[in-house]
Amino acid sequence: MSKENWFILAIILFLALLPLSESRFYVFLGTDILIMALFAVSLNLLLGYTGLVCFGQAAYFGVGAYTCTLLMKKASLAFPIAFLAAPVFGAVAALMIGFFCIQRTKIYFAMLTLAFSQIVWAIVFKWNSLTGGDNGIIGIPFPQHLDSPTRFYYFTLAVVVCSFGIMREAVNSPFGRMLTTIRENPERTAFIGINVKLFQLLAFMISGFFSAIAGALFAIFNHSIFPDLLFWPQSAEVLIMAILGGMYSFFGPVVGAAVMLYMRMFITSYTQYWPLIMGTVLALLLFFFPGGIVGFLQNQRWFSRGSR
Amino acid sequence: MRSAPGVPGVQAFMPDPSFLLIQSLSGLTYAMFLFLIASGLSLIFGVLGILNFAHGSLYMLGAYLTYQFVSQFINAPGQFWWAVIFGSLSVAVIGGVIERLSLRRLYIREELNQLLFTYALVLIIGDFAKIIWGTGQLSVSRPAILKGAIQIFGQFFPIYNIFIILLGPCIALLFWVILNHTRWGRIIRAAALDREMIGSLGVNVNSLFTMVFIIGSWLAGLGGALVSPIAAIVPGMDVEIIINAFIVVVIGGLGSFWGTLLGSLILGQVISFGILIFPRLSMVFIYVLMAVVLILRPWGLLGKPLQR
Repeated sequence: MSKENWFILAIILFLALLPLSESRFYVFLGTDILIMALFAVSLNLLLGYTGLVCFGQAAYFGVGAYTCTLLMKKASLAFPIAFLAAPVFGAVAALMIGFFCIQRTKIYFAMLTLAFSQIVWAIVFKWNSLTGGDNGIIGIPFPQHLDSPTRFYYFTLAVVVCSFGIMREAVNSPFGRMLTTIRENPERTAFIGINVKLFQLLAFMISGFFSAIAGALFAIFNHSIFPDLLFWPQSAEVLIMAILGGMYSFFGPVVGAAVMLYMRMFITSYTQYWPLIMGTVLALLLFFFPGGIVGFLQNQRWFSRGSR
Repeated sequence: MRSAPGVPGVQAFMPDPSFLLIQSLSGLTYAMFLFLIASGLSLIFGVLGILNFAHGSLYMLGAYLTYQFVSQFINAPGQFWWAVIFGSLSVAVIGGVIERLSLRRLYIREELNQLLFTYALVLIIGDFAKIIWGTGQLSVSRPAILKGAIQIFGQFFPIYNIFIILLGPCIALLFWVILNHTRWGRIIRAAALDREMIGSLGVNVNSLFTMVFIIGSWLAGLGGALVSPIAAIVPGMDVEIIINAFIVVVIGGLGSFWGTLLGSLILGQVISFGILIFPRLSMVFIYVLMAVVLILRPWGLLGKPLQR
């Protein structure tokens, strides 16, 4: 096993033992970090691997959250079915939206993803009878057998670790290499006979699939959902997590999510001006460490070079 | 305005023509504000190639600073007008400082970094405004000369809004004359086409960029200053306006002057009538419009298809 895999194993072991601390605070924070890490890594499939700056990832997160919740609350379906339906809906939404978005590049692509995510947001916001509109849906219970924060934490851990495993396989497969090739030079990739748009669309769907899983987990974890989950600042926040950690490594966004959520937890207990701190950190980061935390560590050779 | 003759033939078909007229005049008022903000946004994008998320924050600063100056000049004659002048000019200075100290260093970086940096500014400026002016709702009273309302076909319409509707085209015209018939305007238009070439022809591109950013910021500040008597000055007005300004420049065409005006007029009317006719769908419709334009004509209704 490589050095990196040993390191990952150690982290998983640490996370598995975390509830033994019997600290409700760390279990809560751990669940939050795992969910957002999954969201950030799924975004990074587009951002870091395919080179598509998606400014509307919150749409799929929200679709996952609302699908899971509505199927449980309105259709009275069992949690496993609702939970499995969420990523399917997320991927379908990503397919429909992605089909149009990939027709454009760069800033127009980003604007188009923003426009579509705002469409989804506006629908959720306005469809009072189904989604509860601005009031959202509150009182989402823990599902059967997962009815304590610790149990739900283990469930989240299992889901997130499996998802990471699948995504990591995907990006290290020939498919993933193709995405990186497209990122480096889309014109040339097209020139050697690769259907660039098809690969981009597949990346979009996979990304939407896993974002929706994160959204479904978040709905249960938070016991409530609001249209704000789909509003564009949420998309910006997850982008920041990915950049903060480092978008050119698989686990960079995980580091970004962990650092940002820990910082937020820590700082909001002292001051309400968390956005000011986050903005300052982000600005400094863009100036001095454009590779993010992991990129910085890799440059310092403190860390074995991760799979890119 | 007051003596405009009615059109009796049309009135027979419409339920309440005077009401529709008032509604469209309110849309027109909003369109003028949108135009002020979006034209600065479009100018900055056209010349500097930066999509400035913080443009809404500059608009908000304009409103807050006007409030500040109005309360400073409490007994001075024409206090409101001095406050508008000083408020908008302060925003221009702030914009210039931001460009000089920070944005400048990011021109060589990827678009994503620039976009996220301006988002960091949104967070920072938003919190600074909260620290200085609190989270409550502030207001500025209308200047004495523009208080009250006039009757149009039996409906009352504020004089201040009429002033805005008349001022908007004046600023647009002034702007157009500067862009098309002065040396500065020629240089700005040339820089939008090819900044290396204009640099090699002996124009100081650095100070040109600063100047353009200052003008753009001034327009945003002016928008904020002028909106202060008729809108609540609250945190969050930055985020609200910026998405609408994005929609305007996308519909009209990024970097297109007349397109921005057209986009503002369209969005103003859509918002004004949409709320009336389809209260549920109007918000969705706006974003659908943005997406459709991006898909079919990414360069906007009046922009030119230009490979940037």
